[in-house]
Formats: sequence, structure tokens, C-alpha cells
Amino acid sequence: MPKKYSIPTKTSPPRFTPIGKSTILDWEGGCLRCFKCVKRQCIYDVYNERTFDVRQMTDTIDSLCKNCLRCVQSCPGQVITKVANAEYKRLGNSYWTPDIIRGQWFQAETGRIPVSGAGYGGPFSGPGFDDMWTDMSEIVRPTRDGIHGREYINTVVDLGRSLPCLRFDAAGHVVRDAPKKIEIPIPIILKDLPLGSLSESVFLAMAEAAQAMDTFMIAPVKEWKPYLEPYKAHLIPLLTEAEIDTHGELIRGARIIEIQLSDETEAGLSRIRAAYPDVLIMVRVRLGERSGGEALTLTRAGADILHLCADRDGNVASGNGTRFVKDVVRSVHMRLVEAGCRNEITLFASGGIAMAEHVAKSIIVGADAVALDIPLLLALECRLCFRCEAGLSCPVEVENIHPEWGKSRILNLIAAWRNQLIEVLGAMGIREIRRLRGEVGRAMFFDDIEKETFGKVFGKRKKRESVGN
Amino acid sequence: MNAALQSETGPEGTAHSGRPEVRVTPSRFRNAIGKYIVRRSKECIACGKCADICPYGVHEFAGKTMARPKDYRCIGAACENNDFYCVRQCPQNALSVRLNPILEVLGDKRWTPELLISTWYMAETGEVPPGDIEYKIGDSGGGFDRIEFCFPPGREPDAVPDDEVSLRISLNRRNDSRPEVEIDMPVYGGGMSYGSISLSVMIARARAYQAWNSFTCTGEGGYPEELYPYDDHVITQVATGLFGVREDTIQRVRIVEFKYAQGAKPGLGGHLLGDKVTPAVAKMREAVPGNALFSPFPFHSVYSVEDHKKHVDWIKHINPRALVSVKVSTPTDVDMVAVGSYHAGANIIHLDGSYGGTGAAPDIAKKNIAMPIEYAIVKVHNFLKEEGIRDEMTLIVSGGIRTAYDVAKAIALGANGVVVGTSEMVAVECIRCATCESGRGCARGIATTDPELSKLIDEDWATQRLINLFAAWRHQLIEILRKLGMRDIRELVGRTDCLRHLDYEEIIQRRHNSIEKKALSDASGDTLQGR
Repeated sequence: MPKKYSIPTKTSPPRFTPIGKSTILDWEGGCLRCFKCVKRQCIYDVYNERTFDVRQMTDTIDSLCKNCLRCVQSCPGQVITKVANAEYKRLGNSYWTPDIIRGQWFQAETGRIPVSGAGYGGPFSGPGFDDMWTDMSEIVRPTRDGIHGREYINTVVDLGRSLPCLRFDAAGHVVRDAPKKIEIPIPIILKDLPLGSLSESVFLAMAEAAQAMDTFMIAPVKEWKPYLEPYKAHLIPLLTEAEIDTHGELIRGARIIEIQLSDETEAGLSRIRAAYPDVLIMVRVRLGERSGGEALTLTRAGADILHLCADRDGNVASGNGTRFVKDVVRSVHMRLVEAGCRNEITLFASGGIAMAEHVAKSIIVGADAVALDIPLLLALECRLCFRCEAGLSCPVEVENIHPEWGKSRILNLIAAWRNQLIEVLGAMGIREIRRLRGEVGRAMFFDDIEKETFGKVFGKRKKRESVGN
Repeated sequence: MNAALQSETGPEGTAHSGRPEVRVTPSRFRNAIGKYIVRRSKECIACGKCADICPYGVHEFAGKTMARPKDYRCIGAACENNDFYCVRQCPQNALSVRLNPILEVLGDKRWTPELLISTWYMAETGEVPPGDIEYKIGDSGGGFDRIEFCFPPGREPDAVPDDEVSLRISLNRRNDSRPEVEIDMPVYGGGMSYGSISLSVMIARARAYQAWNSFTCTGEGGYPEELYPYDDHVITQVATGLFGVREDTIQRVRIVEFKYAQGAKPGLGGHLLGDKVTPAVAKMREAVPGNALFSPFPFHSVYSVEDHKKHVDWIKHINPRALVSVKVSTPTDVDMVAVGSYHAGANIIHLDGSYGGTGAAPDIAKKNIAMPIEYAIVKVHNFLKEEGIRDEMTLIVSGGIRTAYDVAKAIALGANGVVVGTSEMVAVECIRCATCESGRGCARGIATTDPELSKLIDEDWATQRLINLFAAWRHQLIEILRKLGMRDIRELVGRTDCLRHLDYEEIIQRRHNSIEKKALSDASGDTLQGR
């Protein structure tokens, strides 16, 4: 049996005490000095392992305690209780919630899929990626042995153009002019980071991780320094059109380049293609109201890959409001399908991809793969306090990481994500991630399913604004 | 307590007459958690006035001094305007009441702190909690939490005694010469295996369901000998790993359940971590201690509806008196799956929705894979009706049924009955810390086979807590039926006109009229819908 693709994982503990969800409050007044103190009976032994981090002023019990509340409920003096941790609630923003952040920290530390007991405890549905469910296949279906490694579930995606049909020459022979394609073993590349206390160590950690996974990292040319040279086979230089002419050698050494979209891009594509015939050209499209038309034009103009970018919370400006990246990607995908050229091009989505499930959902609505940014920072212990954006110091000193540690944390995170993708594919009985693209039939969307079931019973649903969804 | 229970429930294994008795069964822990905290300061002179006036039993004497307030019984702010508000009446100003800050760290959107606290209260007392504690819905913002009953306004609940309102449902609605199996309430217990929960919890469930003439389920993990006395109230599961399934276990019972999938991890099978495969668990499952056990997905012998029928036939042949239940989760084509199960010969189609409980499952699966049960009920009920086979199938649903109101709503949406699991765990003081799977298992002794931790649960205590919970649910279900002018839970099946969804535009009055009309026509002897 040929060797299977897997991402190596290695437990990589955080450098700083993580911020816990809740905290133990215990006090001395009223303590009865029981011979058998409830604190000694903790089955997780957290009171013995508890330390106080003097530098961060954090009680490590916040992250050790598993919330069974036995001590709270058993203490005869009632001198122990638990309260929510205000600092935890302040993590991130309304999109990057504390629970999402904590989840990625766990995966970056352990490389494991988050598993827990009890049923799902979150809201029924929600905005963004939370208004859809993925399907499973019941009774009549192939096996899910892929999850346990006895069979393959393939996560390879192809980057580059495909021909719409075979072509024949005058003599009736097939014209072998298939465009160049590059395979990556996971539907994920690493994107340039939109914020963060960045340093050479951070870029090095990302480049090493991209190389170890045999995928790519997007690197703006202005960050391109000699120390990145050994990793260039796994780097995608990001250039403006003006920079193309001055970076000829860099481009020739790359397998893929990314160009920031401008008004001249369409016209420029053939010029770049002619100058660098062996390089795949990816165009970064900042999603907006005209994205569908732009994507179609660029596809016809010969771009190999389109990178559809939303803002960091997954929002896309639209009229007076915003649309979510998932919905915009779906309409771009459909526009290309309707024009009959979807299979000719590769689509990446980025912005607002915060959890493993978002990769699967982005692919279901029509992307081939995603580009990750903020989750990589979370892997490096970032707390998304946004202080760096104001020029303030980073509370977890992301800039001072050891590249080896950073690489290992990123590998852990993405290994866990890939395993979750395999779970989702396994549940559907799909063994090939390329078959998931655009498979909206293997998903359920909140609006559709409400209409199809409750609509028949309760009539017309109120407008979403008035529901406060 | 044991002796009393036995006398209530009659000889082992037989249906009883009369209802099991509610007995007050307080928390195992010294400090029960309530919505409010009542504190008594040193100023107290033990005059006993608070104990005299409080109708909720918060204050009691302990010898010559006052006992610590049972503050989980306090109704808090709602009491302020009462004459018996202890804080105001105390001559020493020694009492204070405030909201319990621990609520912030308790529960989640589906099981809110108030649902946990109210379920504990019902398990202790057999009654719904007084005051302003929300005991009907959670805070998930959709599904059951946005659906409510629309009771006809100005209509007094019918003054019929509890015993004249029937909650009895039949689990065999097919005319297939197999026995009639009826249960006295539209609820039975979900599959929880030996290995995922402790033996004492397993037995307590069997005893409580026997007392209420219903069923518990072994899950996939074998059939412990200790359950033999309750055979007639046990469903045994045949799941994809076939762990502990023997001819003898199939033949013991009145219902056999095929588990195709579980709502919390649809399409992913099961996985018992090596740590939990203790020698006892390994023996029961005929496996090797310490080795992780995978329950694959799907049945490796079932790849078509014909294969599925072959399986059902096989069970029916081994046990000619057994009913067959088919447990599936809720994919987009759940309606087709249900019809397939009918044609395969199943008596019960059991849908397990995606927000259902589990001992361990990937978070990504719990949240995302398959649809919530509320949708699946409507979909399957309607499709079975269109196919003309609704009256022959018993539609049982689970996966997020937390309260008596959820039970009633599920039935009004189209189910015949429900299966519960998490609410039972909460009744025996699960706190939903969601760490069932870690290390030695449940810190509270419920979901564990650790010899020391499982001692935390006393079988008699757990049995009585479950009996009490169902007594409280029964009162609520009967009250709902009375308010709707119904006498039989079977009248409620598919009566979506009794419900409204708060996110939908509708003319409420029209619904009330239709309920009134229905009540009148039933009273005049028309046939019951959904029987």
C-alpha cells in the first residue's frame, strides 16, 4: 500500500497561561478547616496542579478546571464558587468569538479534533456559516472506513485551469495542450496575515509549515527576504502589477504567483502569461457587488486561479449593507457554472474562515479550496486583542516565537482541521474532496429547510431583521 | 425506599396498576444549586418566623437554631410583593436574597441554567418549580425554543381528573400479528451502553421505566445480567459493532432496536476509548480490555433497503414476539429512509436529531452534520401520510427533547412519542460539563465505569429521581391536553394548528377557532385524528 498523506503532529504547549472560560473563587473567611477538604478530592487534581502566573496575574486553575462543580457543591463552608471570566468574554470580536479562539488554541496545542460529551449546546442556527448543516448518508452508502485509515479519503485538490473539452487537429489527433496543473494534498493554503505582531520567526514558521504539508504560503514581495529562499517552491509571491516588471527572477522561480487585481489586470494577463509561461497566475479579487462579472471576465481572460477575498470577518460590502463570504462565493460559483466555464478555473475563498467546518462549507458552496489567515495567528497563541493594530505590544509576544514551535502549532491546527474534513466527508460517504465542490445537495440551508417544513405548518416566516437572527 | 418502590411497582417485570409514588429526593450534594442565594447573617435569633411563613420550605429548624436556607427552593425576586417575603418579615433583618452568580458558568444555549435547575427541582419533588424559573424552553433561538402552544384564550382547562386523561401510546400500529405493546407515557429511554454509563444508572433507568410502564434501552454494549429482572421493560440494541449481541439477548426482550446512526455523530459510528474498556466492559462486549472499540458505520452487511429488510427479518425470526425499531439520524432524505424502514417491516421508526446527546463525539459533527429533529418530524410525518402508511408506523423522535413541553410539541408536530436521554442524566444531577469522555469519566459518577466514581450514584436514589421527573412531566402533559380540550395524547399527534412559531406571521385567532371546533366535534363523537 503506498504511503498515505498525513500531517505530523506533536504536542506543543502554549508559552503563556491560556485565558480560561471561568474562574474559581475561593476564600478563607468561613473555611471550616475540614480534615477531608473537598479540594483534595478533585478528580482532576486541579487544586494541586494550580499555580499562579505572576507575570500575567493569572490563576492556572481557570484553564485546568473542568467545571464539574463538585467542590462548589460539596464544600461544607460554602467558600468555593465559580464565576465567568470577564477577560475571556473580551477575547476576539463578535465574529471571532472566545469559543472559536479557544477551540483553535486546543487544536494547535494537541493536533487533535475537539471531542466532547453531551449534545450540542449552541444556538439552533445563526448568521454566516451557521445557517447550514451538512448531510450524512444513511443505510445505503459506502463505508466510512476512510476515517480510521483503512481506506482512503482523498483531500487533494488541483490548482490551475482545465480544458472545457478535448481538441483535435486536422488529422483527427488529440491536441495535447492541457494547461499545467499543480496538486496540493489539502484544500488549504496559508495566506498573508492581515494583522499580528509579525517577525521573521513568524514568516519562517509559516513557510516551514507550508513546506512540511506540501502546500503553499502567500508572501507579499515586500516581505521577501533571503531567509525565505529555501522555501520558494512553496511560496506564492503576491505582487501588484507594478511590481511584476521589477521581480522577473522571483516570478520565474515560483510555481504560482498572485496578482492584486486592478483595472488593467484583464489586459495584462496575456502579457504576463507570455513572459512567464510556466507560472500559474492567481488573481486576488476583493469581493464586492460586481464579483460575479469580474470572475467571469478573468476566467475568460485566462487566469488560472481566482482568490476571492472577503474581509477578515467574512463580510463583503453590498449596497448599504454586507453579504457573507459564503453567499458571495456561492453566487460567483453559480455565475461561472451558468456561463459554462466553472471547470476551467480554480477558486480559492478567504476571509472569515475560522473553523474546520468553514472549509467544508466553503467548498460545498463552490470554492475549490481556502486560504487561511487569522487561524494561523491563533495557532501562534494570538488572543485577537487587536492591540497590534494600534501599534501596542503583543500580550503573547507573537513576534518572539521559536519558528520550530510555530511550525508545529500550525501543523497541529491544520492536521486537526483535515481530520475534521475527513469526518464530514466520511459521514456523507464521499471519498474525494473534489467531489464536494458545489455539492449543495449535500447540505441543508436554514431558509430552504424552514420553508420546506415549518413553512407548510406555520405559513410565512417574518423577515430576518425582525427575528433578530 | 427500595421496599416501598417494589410495592408500588408490583412484582418484578409485570405491568403495575396505579402510579409510582413521588418521594422527595434531594440532591446528593450538600449545596444544591438554585437560581437564588439566600443568606442568613449572624443577627438571626432563631425566632422561626421565616420557617412559619415561607410556603416553599426554604427555612427550617435544625434543632434549636435555623438550618442553612434551602435556597434552591426560593422564588427570589418574584416573592418581594408577598406578605410572606422573609427578607422583609425578618425582625432582625438577618436575611438576604440575590441572584446566584454561578448561573453565568452553568449550562448552555440549549440547556440553560434555568432548565438544569428546574429539571433538578422536578427530580427532587415531582413538581414544576414555583416562581420565575423557566422550565419549558431553552435559549437556542430556534426550533422548540421558538414554538409555543396557542391555548384558546378564555377557555378554562377541563376539570377532569388526571386519571381520566390518557398518555398511553401503542408502539405496534402495524397489523403484523406481533404483540400489542403499550406504554403509559409517550416517552421511553434512549440507548446508553454499559461502558458509557455506570451499571447503577442503567439499573435505575430500568426500574424507573418499569415503574412508569415504559422502556429503557441497553445501547450497544451488551446486556448485563443485572437487567434480567426488567426484561419486559428493556429494549436491546443491535448496532454496527454487534457488541454483546447474542441470540439470548435478542430473545429476552419485547423490542429490538437497530441502530443505524446516532444524531450527535451521524454517519460516524461509535468509538469507545481504550481507557473505558475495563475488564468488565470488555467481558460484556467480548473484547480485549484496554483496546479501543470501534463501532463502524454503516452495517457492513447493509448496503440497500433489501439488505436492511434481511436484517429486520433476521431479528423477527430469532424472536417472533419482538417489535423492531429502526433508529436513524436525520439526513436530507430522512423521509425516504423512513419509508424504506416501513417496507423493511419495522414497527417503529426512531429519528434521532442532530442536537442529541452522546458520551463523546467530535464537536464538528454535533453542530453541523444532519438536521435538527424539529424539521425531521414534520418532514417524515407528512411524507408517511402522503404515502398512506402513517397509521401503520410508530414515529418516535429524539435528539434535543429536554422538557415536557418539548415532548408535547414534538407530538403536535407529528411524532407518536419521544425518546429522552439527557434529561434523565440531568435528573440524576448531570451538570453538562461535557467531559464524559475524559480520563476516568464523569466526575459526578453518571457516565463512568470507574469503580470509585460510579459509587457516587445510589441506585435507589437515582430510580426515585427519575420517577419524580416523569411524574412532573406527566402533570404538565395532562395540563396541556386539558387546556386544549383533549383527553388522550393520541389526539395531539400532528395537530400543528395547536402550535405557533414566534418567527412566523400568522393569524392566531384562526388557530384558536380551529382548536375550539375540533374540541367540539371530538366531544360529539367524531373519530380521533392520528390514532
